[in-house]
Amino acid sequence: MSTSLADVVAVACADAWRGDGEIFASGMGVMPMLGARLARATFEPDLMVSDGEAFFVAGDLPIGGTDKLVEGWIPFRQVFDTLWGGRRHVMMGASQIDRFGNTNIANIGPWKQPKAQLLGVRGGPGNTVNNATSFFIPKHQSSVFVEQVDMVSGVGYDRAEKLGGFIARRHDLRRVVTNLAVLDFNSPGHRMRIVSVHPGVTVADVQSNTGFELVVEGDVPESRPPTADEAAAIERIDPRGLRHRELPA
Amino acid sequence: MARPSKLMSEVEAVSTIENGMTLGIGGWGSRRKPMSLVRALLRTDVKDLTVVSYGGPDVGLLCAAGKVRRLVYGFVSLDSIALEPHFRSARQAGTIAEPIEYDEGMLQWALYAGSLRLPFLPTRAGLGSGVMDVNSELRTVRSPYDDGEELLAVPAIRLDAAFVHLNRSDERGNAQFLGPDLYFDDLFLAACEPGRRFVSAEKIVPTADLLKEGSFHTLKINRSMVDGVIAAPNGAHFTTCEPDYGRDEAFQKAYVDAARDDESWRAFTARFLASDEAGYQRAVAEWRAERKEDKK
Repeated sequence: MSTSLADVVAVACADAWRGDGEIFASGMGVMPMLGARLARATFEPDLMVSDGEAFFVAGDLPIGGTDKLVEGWIPFRQVFDTLWGGRRHVMMGASQIDRFGNTNIANIGPWKQPKAQLLGVRGGPGNTVNNATSFFIPKHQSSVFVEQVDMVSGVGYDRAEKLGGFIARRHDLRRVVTNLAVLDFNSPGHRMRIVSVHPGVTVADVQSNTGFELVVEGDVPESRPPTADEAAAIERIDPRGLRHRELPA
Repeated sequence: MARPSKLMSEVEAVSTIENGMTLGIGGWGSRRKPMSLVRALLRTDVKDLTVVSYGGPDVGLLCAAGKVRRLVYGFVSLDSIALEPHFRSARQAGTIAEPIEYDEGMLQWALYAGSLRLPFLPTRAGLGSGVMDVNSELRTVRSPYDDGEELLAVPAIRLDAAFVHLNRSDERGNAQFLGPDLYFDDLFLAACEPGRRFVSAEKIVPTADLLKEGSFHTLKINRSMVDGVIAAPNGAHFTTCEPDYGRDEAFQKAYVDAARDDESWRAFTARFLASDEAGYQRAVAEWRAERKEDKK
């Protein structure tokens, strides 16, 4: 049986937390949540994951599951404390993102009177200058990967560098996972770079769906499939296959 | 001697609110919002409010009623439905004269500074982001210590009035949250001038019963923080009020659907919001009964 796109993406999301140890792995939405729980269930067992409400849960809580083994309490106030203390790595969505990782979930069009009001900046400003932040973008296209975002709700590398000091030193946008590829900012000048392309996707496909030039270094590998252990964990954590609704093959 | 009760009705509470006041509303998104107080406020002539909120349908309804001149927010969302339709319309039509958009944590800091009577509190959250671009009044402050770091000085917010909804309260405002999160309800009360700090509660209980349903850790609101107590069963409807009830997802969806156009919104308003709180609760019960009938 060939691996589905959703499973490749789940593993790519999980890999964002590789090496993070005993910190809060926070995933916003189905795929990031699956990624965090998958990482914890397999190669990163010390991670703390939440039920998306106010509790840390131990064991493999299925997405949407209610039978929780609670191991701690994490109300919003403590989420802020934890992230301002740098003990968290969050994966969020983004309606727009630029080459330096400036992101926008707030509004499309001019902020003063937007064409489309979205969520508002939410916790994006605080997240991106305080803890590691990754992004999951289910539809990789030029209208999302833009030259310039309409409102900076998440701080990118160019802006962090300008701030200097503590923020510039600690600023950590880890990776961007999409339906086409895995990208990061590990390049000279922290410009967005292709890390791997998903099976059946070419570097040219990714570039043609991106509104700015991506950094490409040598032969870009293919995103890895799940191991047998990971495939089993994915089934345990998402038995209803909600991941396939976000990412149809 | 028995001390006087602070019990009052929603109508009495909102009658103290005046044009141009700054009102803080507790809860978070579509979770444990003091909706019965908001609904009562909709029925007044009050306008030009500054509203401070982790926004949900409270903000949406007040925007739809044209009562909001300034809005201090980090987001406005219905949680299970990401975008709040009335807030969206108001922003896209430019009818909120002064939107003030903060990072979520900045909002906490503004209320905390207000509650401690400090002029500001420093943070990194907001620096380098669009929040600095669109809020030209924000200032930074340099650490006086060896690090010399430049930090954002989040200005304190003081409120003229505050609404929060809790699970239990005694008649004097010793109030209790039984759900998973207090959110920032204590800060909304603490950042508010005494006089208009209102707690609505699912159930008013004798002081002696406060520890029957939860440990002492749930008593984060004490009577010195509260001026008026409102008995409001189902008062957070249609938002969550765990563990008393969850979100009424079907009704929330009907609310969003009704916001589609002026005609359907007028019909929704006439059916649910035109009379008093008891009328609202009756109309919701009838709406539920009709849906059950349709499903048969």
